Amino acid sequence: MMAVDAYSILWADLMVLKRRMARYLVTTLISPLLYLVAFGWGLGRGISVDGASYFEFVVPGIIALTAMNSSFNGAGTRLNVDRLFFKSFDECLMAPISPLSLLLGKAMIGVVRGLISSTAFMIVALLIAPAFSVEPLFLVSLLVTCLAFAFLGVLAALLAKSHEDMATFGSLILLPMTFLGGTFFSVSQVPAALKFALYALPLTHSSTCLRAAALGQPFPWESLFAIGSFWLVFFVGCNLVLKRASI
Amino acid sequence: MQIMIKTEHLSKEYGGKKVVDDLDLQVNLQETFGFLGPNGAGKTTTIRMLTTLTKPTFGRVWINGFDGVKEPTKVKREFGIVQQHLSLNRELSVRENLDLHARLHHIDKAERKERIDELLDYVDLAAYSDHLIDRISGGMKRRVMIARALIHRPKLLILDEPTVGLDAQTRRRIWDLIRRMNSDGTTVFLTTHYIEEAEALCDRVGIIHQGRIISLDSPLELRKRLGMAVVERRRSGDDTEYRYFPDRGSATEYVQSMPSSAESIVMRESNLEDVFVELTGRRVTE
Repeated sequence: MMAVDAYSILWADLMVLKRRMARYLVTTLISPLLYLVAFGWGLGRGISVDGASYFEFVVPGIIALTAMNSSFNGAGTRLNVDRLFFKSFDECLMAPISPLSLLLGKAMIGVVRGLISSTAFMIVALLIAPAFSVEPLFLVSLLVTCLAFAFLGVLAALLAKSHEDMATFGSLILLPMTFLGGTFFSVSQVPAALKFALYALPLTHSSTCLRAAALGQPFPWESLFAIGSFWLVFFVGCNLVLKRASI
Repeated sequence: MQIMIKTEHLSKEYGGKKVVDDLDLQVNLQETFGFLGPNGAGKTTTIRMLTTLTKPTFGRVWINGFDGVKEPTKVKREFGIVQQHLSLNRELSVRENLDLHARLHHIDKAERKERIDELLDYVDLAAYSDHLIDRISGGMKRRVMIARALIHRPKLLILDEPTVGLDAQTRRRIWDLIRRMNSDGTTVFLTTHYIEEAEALCDRVGIIHQGRIISLDSPLELRKRLGMAVVERRRSGDDTEYRYFPDRGSATEYVQSMPSSAESIVMRESNLEDVFVELTGRRVTE
């Protein structure tokens, strides 16, 4: 029953996404393509990192970044709008479904949006750089990344008291992670103290996993475990906040 | 008499301030019960506690015998609610909003379609079923919310200020719908700050002021207690004296016994506004 209820919650968001799919695909590709052009072709031309061309190096990082942004916003912004603008979230709270189903349903739209955005960018990347490979471990890492950031989005939306709070969360958490999460540079090249701080960011682990899987390097299982741990922390946080908000 | 809503010492505090204070209430099966009071009296907070959205600071609530805190899922199956504010998903169509609610109440696919069609006819919105919520009028949105609240055939319908912000014609249409639902066997609990709404719809009215019920009875009995007729004697300035009489005859005698003067005198039937003012010293709309 929990899966059915979670799907019911997801169904409403899927209807909205279906109606806007063309527009969504265009807008979701703009940002990663700009990063690809600016960093991959512009700044990184002729540079090689960890034995790969900078272009090959940066593509998995941008995929991780795309998954993060799309999953976070796909779940968080939607929930924030439902709670504070449409005020329709209360209707879900008053439905005879478990809080867990509600959380799963609300997070799943983030996962779906994250996977669609990442896949769209991956298709473009494969057309440009056919050397790039999509292995099962790559897909697992992508899925766990989407899950972790979707639940972070739900957590932020449940905590937010206004639309500005969501924007502030984005500026304070997501924006620094965009540039410091191992997307555009190799974490192995930074000083040890900074490296420690960067590994506290979930995006660093996502970039590391996706890059290793895409470039056929030894897979960093500890990083996959770390993303899974972040997901667990965000999931427990969502449960606690939702429990505090309702009976 | 079977009881649909029961509360015992129900209280809610925010920051040390009691918003709902020691509320003891019983609403009978198939009754239309109204909560009358000004904005900020505690009506919406009471509804949030009845509907499991807010946990009481103290006291208990039962809906159709189920405990609101201990058995929230069972309670949620018993009621449908029309909130004061628009709470529809505006990016979905009328039908999709109803469909979502039906899914959340575990209505299977075949019955879902049938029930949605039936309710769209009931609220006279069949022609608008595929319209996005943002493309229909305020009155239609309120009717969609009523249809949504009824989709799982609840035994109790809770309406929080169901006609606030609507024009007179739409208000009458919503009233007709509420009467129809009640005559179909649904217990109705509504809050309002419109006197005429409480008088037109409710079997019993609880007057709520500063979180407490200060009087509770049928609209007629509440008026009888005060006096069915009222004489308004407007003195100089804004000062008006109100005198209440058991019937029109005694009010007429009083007016005739008054010395003729330049004062303005109005004789009329009393209403729930008079009851509220006499009990609280302020008007419902203040």
